[in-house]
Amino acid sequence: MKLKGKAWKFGADIDTDAIIPARYLNTSDPVELAKHCMEDSKTPDFMRKMKKGDIIVADKNFGCGSSREHAPIAIKTAGVSCVIAKTFARIFYRNSFNMGLPIFECPEAVDAIAEGDLLEVDAETGTIKNVTKKKTYKANPIPPFMQELIGAGGLMEWVKRKVA
Amino acid sequence: MPMTITEKILAAHCGKKEVVPGELINARVDIVLANDITAPISIREFRKAGAKKVFDKKRIVLVPDHFVPNKDINSAEQAKLLREFSKEHGLTNYFEVGRMGVEHALLPEQGIVVSGDVVIGADSHTCTYGGLGAFATGVGSTDVAAAMITGEIWFKVPESMKFIYTGKLRKWVSGKDLILYTIGDIGVDGALYRAMEFTGEVIDKMEMSGRLTMANMAIEAGGKNGIIAPDDITKKYEDGRAQRRPKYSKSDKGAQYVDVREYDCSKIEPQVACPHLPENTKGVSELSNIKIDQSVVGSCTNGRIEDLRVAAKVLKGHKVHPDVRMIIIPATQAIYKQAMKEGLFDIFLDAQAAVSTPTCGPCLGGHMGILAKGERAIATTNRNFVGRMGHPESEVYLSNPAIAAASAVLGRIGSPEELK
Repeated sequence: MKLKGKAWKFGADIDTDAIIPARYLNTSDPVELAKHCMEDSKTPDFMRKMKKGDIIVADKNFGCGSSREHAPIAIKTAGVSCVIAKTFARIFYRNSFNMGLPIFECPEAVDAIAEGDLLEVDAETGTIKNVTKKKTYKANPIPPFMQELIGAGGLMEWVKRKVA
Repeated sequence: MPMTITEKILAAHCGKKEVVPGELINARVDIVLANDITAPISIREFRKAGAKKVFDKKRIVLVPDHFVPNKDINSAEQAKLLREFSKEHGLTNYFEVGRMGVEHALLPEQGIVVSGDVVIGADSHTCTYGGLGAFATGVGSTDVAAAMITGEIWFKVPESMKFIYTGKLRKWVSGKDLILYTIGDIGVDGALYRAMEFTGEVIDKMEMSGRLTMANMAIEAGGKNGIIAPDDITKKYEDGRAQRRPKYSKSDKGAQYVDVREYDCSKIEPQVACPHLPENTKGVSELSNIKIDQSVVGSCTNGRIEDLRVAAKVLKGHKVHPDVRMIIIPATQAIYKQAMKEGLFDIFLDAQAAVSTPTCGPCLGGHMGILAKGERAIATTNRNFVGRMGHPESEVYLSNPAIAAASAVLGRIGSPEELK
């Protein structure tokens, strides 16, 4: 799977309240949630500006705070093709794999990517190509078990196979 | 091989003699928890998977607490979903308004979680139960959906960090201050993916409410879990309350830690975490003339009876500053009743504070105390992210109940020592 889009840069410790503020959590409808994606971040008009396929590029500890799966759901439904960060908060990391939002850890790429750079990511190999800057990076490998989850089509499919 | 308490509990739940950090395990879960925000997604995933039965109707706990009493129609629909699912599956641990409480105050109080348990909850502050010596961690709704079916969850065994608290606590310093100080030291990702084990003579003497507060905020340092080895204080707390038999264990001598940090508590004054991260901590004396519009005492972090007693002690004989709204939220019905019996409500009402029914409410900017643009609150809650309690241009400072109460009277952030 090739993911292609423009980079939107965010800083360190982007919390789940910035990704999807709790005031919108009185619904779990993905489309409603996506309308408010990144609304309390430094780019509150993210949803008006971003285009389908665009990529969120953030510093360390992306997705810290709450366990709300609404955060990766909002990002995915918004049309963001993947998130690249230096590191991810633990629950966000788990949630993303469980519900199928591709995420990549790659500190070097994060440092080198500027807002608006065109990126191309090979989800299978974790190769991140900065088309604008003509540079290529390799994301930290996805742990084998996580690959198994992805291969099964997410956690629930994996569980279904197990209990079947 | 010597193991930490976290490793021991995880080993016991995957049928192994020992586990090592980094190892991937499938653990049996004792309790699976979700609330009115997270359970709707779990229920949807559960149904989508074609599941017909939960693995154990006694071990799934659903607590509507975030937006209840229902703040609007959408919230009412979400709470209704929990109620209907609980009825459909005969869940014994569903807690309706009037019987509920803020989940992480409620579960230990009711003896639903006990020492030695593995607990997962679709709420990041599930780590609170580490205060009892359980392995407890927050997960997403889909993880909860899977565990509702299988009674199991996969984990990577975390590395452990050890924190040793020595010396004597200064006046007005509590578990909240120690955990804020610790987060200030290691940062909001200082314990990422790790277990935080709290030890030392200060912890040995600390009452259960302070221990639960410390474990509660392990997530604010990125931790997978916070844990305190059970002792006589734990046993006394669980006696007559535990619904299952607690299992006590402690870390072996020679257990491996990736980091060991020691703090001399006699040097720590009450801490305040400034906007917009819990790691931005300062001693209260370092903050001068920070005016506040609201003070909140409550939440899964500091809404227990001991917290209310401290707030009452500070507020007694004083009035909340004319420019401040003070909101006090007992975390459970039992705490509410106890506070009423002890006469704490008289003190709160005489001080002109508002007392609310149990809810997470303002902590996450849900309802019952939302901030307007440019407003500032001091709160005994756990997060001070941008927009956490309301408008994205409002601010939250985190503190213990004594500082929050004193600040309410002063109209600015300050200490009880400043009250005449």
